[in-house]
Amino acid sequence: MIDKRVASAAEAVSDIFDGAKIMFGGFGEAGSPIELIHALIDQGATNLTMISNNCGSGQVGLAALLKAGRVSKVICSFPRTANSTVFPELYRSGHTKLELVPQGTLAERIRAGGAGIPAFYTPSAVGTPLAEGKESREFAGRKYLLEHGLRADFSLIKGRVADTHGNILYSKTARNFGPVMAMAGKVTIVQVGEVVDAGQLDPESIVTPGIFVDRVVAIANPAHESELVAAGASYP
Amino acid sequence: MTKPAVIGRTREEMAQRLAQDIPDGSYVNLGIGIPELVTKFVPAGRSLIYHTENGMLGMGPAPKPNEGDPELINAGKQQVTAVPGAAYFHHADSFAMIRGGHLDLCVLGALQVAQNGDLANWSTGEPGAIPAVGGAMDLVAGVKSVFVITQHCTREGEAKLVGKCTFPLTGLAVVNRIYTDLAVIEVTPNGFGLVELSPGIDFDYVQERTAAPLLRNP
Repeated sequence: MIDKRVASAAEAVSDIFDGAKIMFGGFGEAGSPIELIHALIDQGATNLTMISNNCGSGQVGLAALLKAGRVSKVICSFPRTANSTVFPELYRSGHTKLELVPQGTLAERIRAGGAGIPAFYTPSAVGTPLAEGKESREFAGRKYLLEHGLRADFSLIKGRVADTHGNILYSKTARNFGPVMAMAGKVTIVQVGEVVDAGQLDPESIVTPGIFVDRVVAIANPAHESELVAAGASYP
Repeated sequence: MTKPAVIGRTREEMAQRLAQDIPDGSYVNLGIGIPELVTKFVPAGRSLIYHTENGMLGMGPAPKPNEGDPELINAGKQQVTAVPGAAYFHHADSFAMIRGGHLDLCVLGALQVAQNGDLANWSTGEPGAIPAVGGAMDLVAGVKSVFVITQHCTREGEAKLVGKCTFPLTGLAVVNRIYTDLAVIEVTPNGFGLVELSPGIDFDYVQERTAAPLLRNP
């Protein structure tokens, strides 16, 4: 019997190890698996590499994980946020390194990694500072950069509903990086509002097939990052 | 004391002027800031589909108070709505639309545009600044037409339309048209070509504020 449910966020992240490379779903707060991130802060793993579009806001979620000093490197497209000084301070002090990647290149590197493609050519960033040191090649008279696929030890993402086989549906624009990160994680952990029995979801509607998912955790009423930030919350 | 007369177009008038040039039925990506104003001025009878790179086609206006959803946002992380016929998709599909040449137009802000169409719009390269790029490099690399909407000069009065960009580039020779408070300018094989002057503005006034030759009859 396949049943990918685990009882709690703490149990779901219990084997994340020091030095792990972790993908975090989300674009801003939409799709950010905030309960899994907070469980990871409690769990204590450190020297992590964070692969995520942003670096969190306020002092909760990704910003709290950074603030706790657990992240030595960020691979990211947009680490600036109006309401958080956490990443800028860690970056300027040298505690956390940054690999800046154009957003579409980040998404495609993750997709490629999950699809077994070690590298690909893209036209994005040709002629810019982000092309420095990268191999390039011309195809049909146009220049392209070689970019490498990304994989992770763990992917932490957020969906709306899962079934016990790990098939996932998302909520609106909170889908963002979830489907590709699910493919690229050696262990993919999904927090969802609800878990239903296999067979309850229409197979035609599945967005992420369960083969890409290892663990699902039901978090019935997930926190909204913007509400926590507005209330001045910090974690822990 | 009287307020100094406004010279050239306001931000809203710039957006209104640009909106005239978007063909009916276009798939359009709008950047953050002045580009967002374009939606207010689409001429009657034209139907456009807005793409937001975080994962939706058919983006609508901001929700009514207390009707928003934190999981329905635009690329500026502001809450939006979905129009009938909207579609959600993941990030790699969203950038496949961008990079694969499926979008008709993107409208972006600029720090500098060079006479050959080079664009700088993500960093002033100041030491200690936190670099952040987002999707701009993908947009300019893949979208069929790139329109820039910007003030003609910086607050300090420096030209933003230049011979060669000094700020870090977003893309090489990617800009097609520039809509400023003073003029509409096309990037031609021979440099900046004047399309039209804003009401009350003369050619010399624009040329003096442009750090590259402006072609009168491109």
